[in-house]
Amino acid sequence: MPGPQPVEQTKVTSVSAQRAAPLLQASGGEVPDRIFKSAMTACGLAVIGVLVLIVYELVSGSGLSWHAFGFKFFGGSDWNPVSEQFGALPFIYGTLVSSLVALVIAVPLAVGVAVFTTEMCPKVLRGPLSFFVELLAAIPSVIYGLWAMFVLVPLLSGYVEPFLAKTFGWTGLFEGAPYGIGMLAAGIILAIMIVPIISSITREVLMVVPQHQREGVLALGATRWEMIRVGVLRNARAGIVGGVILGLGRALGETMAVTMVIGNRPEIAKSLFAPGYTMASVLANEFSEATGDVYLSALVEIGLALFLVTIIVNALAQLLVWTVTRGQPARGHA
Amino acid sequence: MTGVAVLTVVLVLAPLVAIFGYLVYRGLGSINWAFLTQTPKPVGESGGGMANAIVGSMLILGIASLIGVPFGVGAGIYLAEFGRNRFGSAIRFTADVLNGVPSIVIGIVAWSILVRGRGFSALAGGVALAIMMVPTICRTTEEMLLLVPQALREAAYGLGIPRWRTTLSITLRTATSGVITGIMLAFARVAGETAPLLFTALGNTFWSLRYDQPTAALPLQIYTYANSPYDDWHRQAWAGSFVLILLIVTSVAAVRYVVRRGTFGAA
Repeated sequence: MPGPQPVEQTKVTSVSAQRAAPLLQASGGEVPDRIFKSAMTACGLAVIGVLVLIVYELVSGSGLSWHAFGFKFFGGSDWNPVSEQFGALPFIYGTLVSSLVALVIAVPLAVGVAVFTTEMCPKVLRGPLSFFVELLAAIPSVIYGLWAMFVLVPLLSGYVEPFLAKTFGWTGLFEGAPYGIGMLAAGIILAIMIVPIISSITREVLMVVPQHQREGVLALGATRWEMIRVGVLRNARAGIVGGVILGLGRALGETMAVTMVIGNRPEIAKSLFAPGYTMASVLANEFSEATGDVYLSALVEIGLALFLVTIIVNALAQLLVWTVTRGQPARGHA
Repeated sequence: MTGVAVLTVVLVLAPLVAIFGYLVYRGLGSINWAFLTQTPKPVGESGGGMANAIVGSMLILGIASLIGVPFGVGAGIYLAEFGRNRFGSAIRFTADVLNGVPSIVIGIVAWSILVRGRGFSALAGGVALAIMMVPTICRTTEEMLLLVPQALREAAYGLGIPRWRTTLSITLRTATSGVITGIMLAFARVAGETAPLLFTALGNTFWSLRYDQPTAALPLQIYTYANSPYDDWHRQAWAGSFVLILLIVTSVAAVRYVVRRGTFGAA
């Protein structure tokens, strides 16, 4: 920050006239004020400018592919750079299914953790516990991927997948060779990554449920579990759903960890053991090597689709959380 | 039911413990002097290190902070001091939207603006990361500035101090530690980002300290080595991850320590 900084102690209320003197000297008239305001406005404008730029680049970059394939782009399942045939369905399928698997695993865990921290655990543990859960959010995606490749995948192929195949094989979801790498591994690693988001928002939402709701339900003779179910969770429903959708938004756009374990094959298979491919992964793998304008444009169009979906999902989530916390911004996604 | 809740906590904390355990176990065991001082060896030779990637990461993060911090703090100041209007709400909404944009999409945009026709560069990587830093910094700066009591501003106006001096030397200074916490949050978030660097900074197996050249970065190097078939490179990927986590934690801790000492008694 420019200029001398004469306010050494920040208790400015006790600033003496002497201390304030340099501030007054450097004052100037209205002009610096106006310059300052326009500079700050420019910074604010830049934020909007960046978003406009993102939209513009994505739309103009994907034009070629849009003209060539139209809506068929999202319905076709043939991805062949050599014959310049591009259909994004396998990637859309992979993104949706891996995120769905992640939600199925993460939501019960995250809500459980949030309920435990707000309603059950001793006060002393509350702080450290939420700190540790949020520590999960600070681990870079590529490290999750590394860990998943060398620890999670062998675990899955050696123990978990054979077990699932034997017990639930009849559903058709757990068929085929248990390689470890595939949709299930991607879903699990995504689940670990989105638990902190969902649980921190759920915790915030549970905390704004008024205390007298709990007391009222208890006074009616409910057990503690009934109190949590009827008095707390039901009241916080919309906010929890908001947190879940925010987690979904994160899972949809997650790139590195998924790319490292999903197998990267553009196929649509019913079994979760089978390898897949996501929209973000295909960008990570093929974008810098794409030759030919149509190929590149098709990849940018996938980026545009991903951008639009995550924005809609995030806006919906913010709205839901907002209805519960009444304007207090939802934090915890960092 | 309490048992079920405890079980969920255990299930959530287990991967955390496992990841950190592995990081320390495999990472610490793999770090040696060569890893920290040498550049990668060609395929087939063992040894070598990630010195260029560590320095490259710092270069890219430096560029990102140089661009992202002023814009983020400026936008935050605008929102807190002048932003009680439609335009302010529009910026707030846009910042929240930007926060949710997948990092790989930001990589594409940085590629089409700065790389297409020019070639991969550290600058493009830095800009991509800066775009990711701005929303976080902007929103936390606003929140922190709004916490500063209105009376403080009024006292300054009463002394005849112009608005810009009041904002910079009194409001912002009072909120310094909060604002810097926000900056570090954004920094820690982008420090481990890989996706936006894949086609902006690209990576490099040699030294490069120029802003307009392809530059190695720690997360990129970890990704490349993890996907390789060589055991020695896997070992180095773990070591790199350990260094990356250490880099993030120490830089955050160092800045917070300095800030806490610098404005002691204020926060």
